[in-house]
Formats: sequence, C-alpha cells, structure tokens
Amino acid sequence: MSARVAGFGFLALAAIALLALVPRLGNAYYLALAISLLQYTVLATAWGMFSGPTRYVSLATTAFFGVGAYTVAVLGEILPWPLVLLIAAALGAVVAAIVGLSTLRLSGVYFVIFTFGLTELIRQLVVWFEVNKSRVLGRYVFVDITQADIYWQLLGLAAAVFLLGWLIARSRLGFALRVIGEDETVAKHCGINTTFAKVALFTISATVMTLVGAIMAPRWTYIEPSIAFNSMISFQVLIMALLGGAHRLWGPVLGAVPLTLLFELLSARFPNTFTIILGCIFLLIVYMLPRGVAGLFEKRSTTPGGKTTQRVAA
Amino acid sequence: MTTFLTRRAALFAAATCAATLGLTAIAEAQTSIKIGYAISRTGPNTGGAAVTTIPNYELWVKEVNAAGGIKLGDKRVPIEVVQYDDRSNAEEAVRALERLINQDKVDFILPPWGTGLNLAVGPTLNREGYPHIAATAVTDRAPELAKRWPNSFWMLGTSGDAAKTLVDLLSKLRDEKKIGDTVAMVSIADGFGIDLSTAARPALTNAKFKLAYDKSYPIGTQDLAPIINEVKALNPDVFIAFSYPPDTLALTEQSRIAGLNPKVFYTGVGTAFPLYRQKFGKNTEGVMGIGGWSGDSPAIKDYLARHKASAANGAEPDRWASAVTYASLQMLQQAIERVGKIDRAAVIKDLQTGTFETVIGKVKLENNMPTRYWWVGQWQDGEFYGIAPAKNEGARAAIVPKPAWVAP
Repeated sequence: MSARVAGFGFLALAAIALLALVPRLGNAYYLALAISLLQYTVLATAWGMFSGPTRYVSLATTAFFGVGAYTVAVLGEILPWPLVLLIAAALGAVVAAIVGLSTLRLSGVYFVIFTFGLTELIRQLVVWFEVNKSRVLGRYVFVDITQADIYWQLLGLAAAVFLLGWLIARSRLGFALRVIGEDETVAKHCGINTTFAKVALFTISATVMTLVGAIMAPRWTYIEPSIAFNSMISFQVLIMALLGGAHRLWGPVLGAVPLTLLFELLSARFPNTFTIILGCIFLLIVYMLPRGVAGLFEKRSTTPGGKTTQRVAA
Repeated sequence: MTTFLTRRAALFAAATCAATLGLTAIAEAQTSIKIGYAISRTGPNTGGAAVTTIPNYELWVKEVNAAGGIKLGDKRVPIEVVQYDDRSNAEEAVRALERLINQDKVDFILPPWGTGLNLAVGPTLNREGYPHIAATAVTDRAPELAKRWPNSFWMLGTSGDAAKTLVDLLSKLRDEKKIGDTVAMVSIADGFGIDLSTAARPALTNAKFKLAYDKSYPIGTQDLAPIINEVKALNPDVFIAFSYPPDTLALTEQSRIAGLNPKVFYTGVGTAFPLYRQKFGKNTEGVMGIGGWSGDSPAIKDYLARHKASAANGAEPDRWASAVTYASLQMLQQAIERVGKIDRAAVIKDLQTGTFETVIGKVKLENNMPTRYWWVGQWQDGEFYGIAPAKNEGARAAIVPKPAWVAP
C-alpha cells in the first residue's frame, strides 16, 4: 500500500469519525438533513458503481429501495434488527440477480424502460399479495430505532460502499466493466464474461440500495406501496449521479450533496413553486454540465492531449 | 465610581442594561402564536387536502385573527402561519415537521392530510411533545396509537367501527322488512377499501346476510361497467362500494346508466363531497355513503355559510371530515386559551380531559378519541345527513328503498 493510499485512508477515517458526531449536535433538523444527505449519497454512489462504468442507465433504484423498506415492514416487529437487515440484503441480491440475468442483454433505451417498469411490477406484485393474501394494505413498523441509529447505520453503509467501490475499481471485475462500457463487443472478443461481470455488479449495487431502504423504513412508522415504491427516488438519484459525474466513484457525492441541499432550500423557501424551479435546474444541469461536476475538475487537471479523460459521456 | 468609568461609558452601560431588560420583557410577552403545517399541495394527496384540510385551516386562521387572535391570559395574540408542501411524501412530511420545530420554532403544529402521512409524522410529534390532532386519519390501530403516543388524538375513528355501523343499519332495515338479505360488495384495492371490506365481510356473514358478490378492483381502474353489469345480473338488495372519489363517481354514473337501483345504494369516500351533488343533482336522492353530518344543526348551518364565504369561489366543505377538521381546530384553540400560555404539555392534558364546544357539538374525548362518529350518511333533498349510528343527535331516518334514477 503506497503512502498516498495510506494517507487517503487516514483522511477518510478522520472524516467518518467527525461525521459520526453529527447526532451529538442535538438538533433534530440538522440530523434529518444529514440523514437525507447520507441516504442520497449512498444511493447515488451505488447507482454510479454499476451505471458509471457500464453506462446502463437504470431506473430501478426505487424497486430495490422499496424491497428493503417492505422487508422491514413485514419482518421488523418479528425478528431482531440485524437479521432483518440481512434478510433485506439477501432479498435485494436475489431479485437483482434474477432481473440482471434476464435483462442485462437489453441495452440502451430498452434497459431504461425495463428498469422503470420493474418498479411498477414489484409494486403491483406487493399490492396483489397484500390485497388477496394478507388482506392488509399499509403496515406499521414499530421498532426501537432512533434517528441517530438510522444516521449511524447509513454512515457505516456509506463507508462500506466507498471501500467496496475502491476495491472493485482496482480488481479484474472493475477493469472488465470499464471495457464493457467502452465497447461490449470488443470486451466479449477479449474473452471477458460480460454477463457475469454485469450481473455481479448490478447485484452488488442493488443490495446496497435495498439496505438503504431497509435502514430508512423505521423513520416513517407506516409503510404502504405508494410510500415504499415512490418512483421520484429513481429520478432524483439519477440526476444526482449525472450532476456529480457517474464515471468516478466519488462523482455522485458531488451531485448528491448540493442537490439534496438545494431540494431542502427550495422546499423551505419556495414550497409552492418547487417543481417548476426544479425542472429549470435539471435543464441547466444537462445543458451546462454534460460530464458532471467531476468532469469540471478533470478538465483542469489533465493536459490538452490527455486521452484518459476524453471519453464521451454516456 | 467615576474614577473607574468615564461618564460616557457609564451611560452606555446603563443603556445596555435597559435595552437588555427591555428585550427580556418583550421575549416574555408573547406577541404572536406561531402555527406551522406541512400539507400536500402537490402529488396524489392534493385532492383530499384541497377539499377537506386547507380551506378549514385558512378559514380558522382568518376568523381567529379577525377576532384579534388567540386569548392568552388577558390579551389576544394573532396567529402567524408557517407552511410547507409535503409533496404527498412521507419522508418530506417528516422533514418539514422537523424544520418547523427546530428552525421555525413554531408553537403548535396542524396535522397533514390522510392516514399515511398522519402516521408518518406521529413519532416526531410525540418525541417533540406537540399535540397531534389527526382529523383525517381512519385506522384500526387508532386506540393502540393513542396509547403509544398520548399526545395524539384520532378524530375519525376506526374502519372496523365504520363497517360495523353499516352492517347494524342494514340489519335493522332487514328487521323492519325494508330490505332482503342479498348483498353485493365491491372495494378498491387500497388501504381504505381493504380495511373496510375486511371488517365488513365477517360482520355481514355473522348478521346472516348473503354476500352474493365480493370483488376488489385496482386503484386507477377506468372501466367499472363490467362490475356493475355483473352486480346487476345478481339483483341484490344492497350494493356496497368501499371506493375512493374517482371510482365513487364512476360507479354511481355506471349504475345510473345500467339501471342498477338496489334498495340500498352505498358508496365510499367522495359521496359526501359537494362535487357529488354537483355531478348527480337529483340523482343523489337516497344515495348512502360514508360520513355525514347533522345538517339540521344551527352550528353546522352557520359553519357551512362561513366556509362558503371564505373559500375560493365559494367552495362548500365535504360532509364528513371537513367539519371534524374545523372542530379539531376549535378544540386546539379552546385548550390553548384555557391553559393561557404556550405550554404544550398542559394543552395536551387539556385536550385529553376537557370538554369542547365545536361545530359538531359538544366533544369530550375518551382515550384520546371522540365517542361519537357519523358513519353512514344519506343524500336527502340536496343535503347529506348523518343517518347512523341512530343514537347520534340529529340522526335522520333512512330513506329506503332508494328512489329510481332519473334522466339527468
């Protein structure tokens, strides 16, 4: 391990230790905001982990988030909390593997549409089951978990996601994914098992999203399909990752943090014109920053002929 | 003294002291009561919030401020409103409330619209010790929630009670030989429809009714004609639909077209909306639905007139949760005035134990819930009167059989 990596690791640990103190501030509003920041940071980073290198635009974030939340709704009061999280993660992984195996042969806009449909499919399945089998719609989650607990769990998950992303980027799997992102046909000809690589990363990313849903669920007490499977989450995560720059591990954070703060500011100051302003900002982002905030930094740090960063964004 | 302090410094010190004292005095005397709420102005809850909740909040604030404000001790202080849009989203609602409490430092909070959002904000309001008077939430867990969160008050009751009251009414009508015992029931596959049909199913069977038809349809179903045609073929005595506003309108329209005219025709949420009368006019006569109010009571008549005068383009309140929402605001005001200062714990205590004069009559809560509800209403001569439970003050007799549909 080089000195640079060690130094970076030390900085990261210090940052985590500092962030872990946020609940000590004792202001529930700042804690809520911090939870929101962490939630979107983890979701956007997990999204970028798969969609960044492979350039498959996925709108399935909500589907996995909802699976996690619903697992808690069903099992939260029955089983001990760590077990509930474990089951949620396992469920998310299984769903992702099945979906991945059957759909990652699709590409481009077909994949986008399928992932969007997936959310609706899972939601309707849950509704069907609740209506016809369990005959309750809307479940109550009374578990003994405080806001600070939620925050710490999310912080732990965020640290794990960054570590995992860093490890993957340095592994054969990460390299394989970058090749797939550049040209899938070439990757196949090089002997890369593209299906395995894509499904593996899709599953990892989806498992993280499922865990976020599970961790967040105790915040709402009451869960019904329209709350758990709110498709706004998919779009917000997508725009955050794109603003930040999905081709870098740390890119999505640069989008998640400012946008979460912006949403907060807008809904506090302009509650009635929120959606209009949001739409205009999205347009601006797409036109002004096609490569995201991370792209801005890279432009400055590379020489004019530097080929490494001259890839065209998806 | 002057040896240590120049005259100017002494003057300055004195002025500062005076100013500080003055400021403290101002801080102690409340000049306004800050009331905050986050309500669904966008998203799927907008319709309900716009009919039932927002006009009542605005009416109440306007009236209280016109009268000089809320009485604290021997003077009146005006209400200052801070409000946000929760975008019909549970997470947004929770965060908006945390913002109201910690950033805006509001004195009291009015609840959001709907069962889901009221449950979502329950833990936050409980933790921070704010009274939570949920006027638009129907849940079977209400008694349990009231125990868990002693600061919460559940003004609309439980769906189990709603279904039971309806079945009791049907049993009575059957005993009076006004109806037979064939029932057709449809329900929407969403919280409300499932809760009520789940409670009604055993209640009907226990009362020895014949449940000839029992189906649910998904939320957002556009074509309800097949359901109505199937029901019509069975020729039931009673038609029950635990429906939401869009399908309440569609089912009624379709029944009129198909000529499904059972002795009892009951539809769900939306039957009590003024929109229902606007759309069906004379055809509303005899239609039963969830909710109702004592339409003959002078307090309700007066409330209706004030609501019409205050709301944008003279909109009328709905005949179920609107009056309850307004009554809950009156209760909050009376509790604050009796306590005489901003002491939320004392206000909660007063809400638990006090008796209140409201537009829906005298209210005294037991275990944080009212003791009387209107569960079945019926359109009679252009007004939606409460008909069950019959022991409620102002209950009218049911018109059975329902008159035939007329051409619009």
